[in-house]
Amino acid sequence: MTRYLLSTYVVDGEAREPMTNEQMQHSWQEISALEGEMKSAGAWVFSGRLHDADTATVVRVSGGEVLTTDGPFVEASEHVGGFYIIEAADLDAALGWASKVTRTISAPIEVWPFADTAGG
Amino acid sequence: MLIVGDALIGRIFREESGRSVATLIRIFGDIDLAEDAVQEAFALALRKWPVGGLPPNPGGWITTTARNRAVDHLRRESRGRELLKQRMVEPSDDGSRHEVEPVQDDRLRLIFTCCHPALSTEAQIALTLRLLGGLSTDEVARAFLVAEPTMAKRLVRAKHKIKAAHIPYRVPSEAELPERLPPVLAVLYLTYNAGTGGASGDRLRQEAIRLARAIGSLMPDEAEVAGLLALLLLTESRWAARFAADGSLVLLRDQDRAVWDRAMIEEGQALVRACLRRNRPGPYQIQAAINAVHADAASMEATDWNQIVALYDQLLALSPTPVVAMNRAIALAEVRGPEAALAILDDLALDEYHLFHAAQADLLRRLGRWDEAASAYARAADLAASDAERAFLFGRLDEIGPTAQQALDGPRRSSL
Repeated sequence: MTRYLLSTYVVDGEAREPMTNEQMQHSWQEISALEGEMKSAGAWVFSGRLHDADTATVVRVSGGEVLTTDGPFVEASEHVGGFYIIEAADLDAALGWASKVTRTISAPIEVWPFADTAGG
Repeated sequence: MLIVGDALIGRIFREESGRSVATLIRIFGDIDLAEDAVQEAFALALRKWPVGGLPPNPGGWITTTARNRAVDHLRRESRGRELLKQRMVEPSDDGSRHEVEPVQDDRLRLIFTCCHPALSTEAQIALTLRLLGGLSTDEVARAFLVAEPTMAKRLVRAKHKIKAAHIPYRVPSEAELPERLPPVLAVLYLTYNAGTGGASGDRLRQEAIRLARAIGSLMPDEAEVAGLLALLLLTESRWAARFAADGSLVLLRDQDRAVWDRAMIEEGQALVRACLRRNRPGPYQIQAAINAVHADAASMEATDWNQIVALYDQLLALSPTPVVAMNRAIALAEVRGPEAALAILDDLALDEYHLFHAAQADLLRRLGRWDEAASAYARAADLAASDAERAFLFGRLDEIGPTAQQALDGPRRSSL
């Protein structure tokens, strides 16, 4: 088994059509149903949704001192919005989960293999 | 006894190395190990065969020798011994050096790994030619006009992705094929096209046909595989007629049809007939059918152009691209005249495509619109990919006459 990160991006300041309560309810149900499916298949390891990029903080060492600054480290207009960590037999199996996620959330998914699992 | 020279061993290498590499990847699950071991086995063959003669089954000898080499390497390191245990490969003690059986679909598995959609098209082509075609990195680099180190890096990166991301080594299921087969066919088609100009062209065209044939026999139910093989064979059947003595291109209209390769035409046409019976049309099958109609005709005039236009209509419905629309217009010119075809071309956004300007030039020439024809030929020559095409286009320019030519001295000088 290989561990994969499925990450999704949000575009800063992108005005998405606001969802109605009903839509939000429906979307939430679909996402948790998919998570349930991942769990019963033994694929789910961890998942989470993140706050917007302006809530992020960077900590780094500079001249031996720890420096804390505002903002994400990468200055880009897209930032990680959420992720799943899954276990899958091979890339095709991981891509299978990724297609289900992207259908549910209607946003592209990046699939990254972890470097520290068996065979990686 | 047959004299076993480097040339013969080279030919055996081209025919057998893909199968051996594929079998070893199945056994060990490691591309680099498989490649290195097969290389070593051939190096050994180069030393042994000229002295001891050809073994009864050279391909089997290569695979078995490479497998035993790989096992020997692995036994020397502890990680390797672990891998052997995991993969349940028996140690190669003298008693167990039995011949390794290649599994029929080893090469099929490998081509689906090489053409996995998670890899870029460039990487897919490079991997296919390197691992299945046995081309050296340098040969692959020259075919695609990139420097050898660039191609080497591309191959290393692609192989690393296969390993790190665990791209599987298996034939996709029936349900996955609609997504997985098109990139495989595209890689073979692009390989053939890369072989129509530039270095190691013969090798690439032959390799594309050889692999299409191999996949065709492994997937006999896939109509588009047969269609692609037919398309390649029917295109290749005209190869010898495509060039004049001075190396310039000869158009279909002017080709000596007696030079066309009848055996390839017959094989291609039989495949097209089988596809028609199956009645599951796809873009490759329709293109093959168009070429089959050409192969039937004794001359340009005797060609069934109505049938060709009808096939292009069908192709355009399946793949509505400007290039298909352009080719349909060229065929339509034979039925409804150059003017009708020009009107269609005017609406197509193909300004960077040399064949678009060559088609316009030809139609304008037939209408006697010399100046416009001349500037279209000049634009085509400027964009042309090969010397043969440029030579043809300048030949046409010379025919058109001095009036039109004056305007064109500029571009002509710059591209020569």
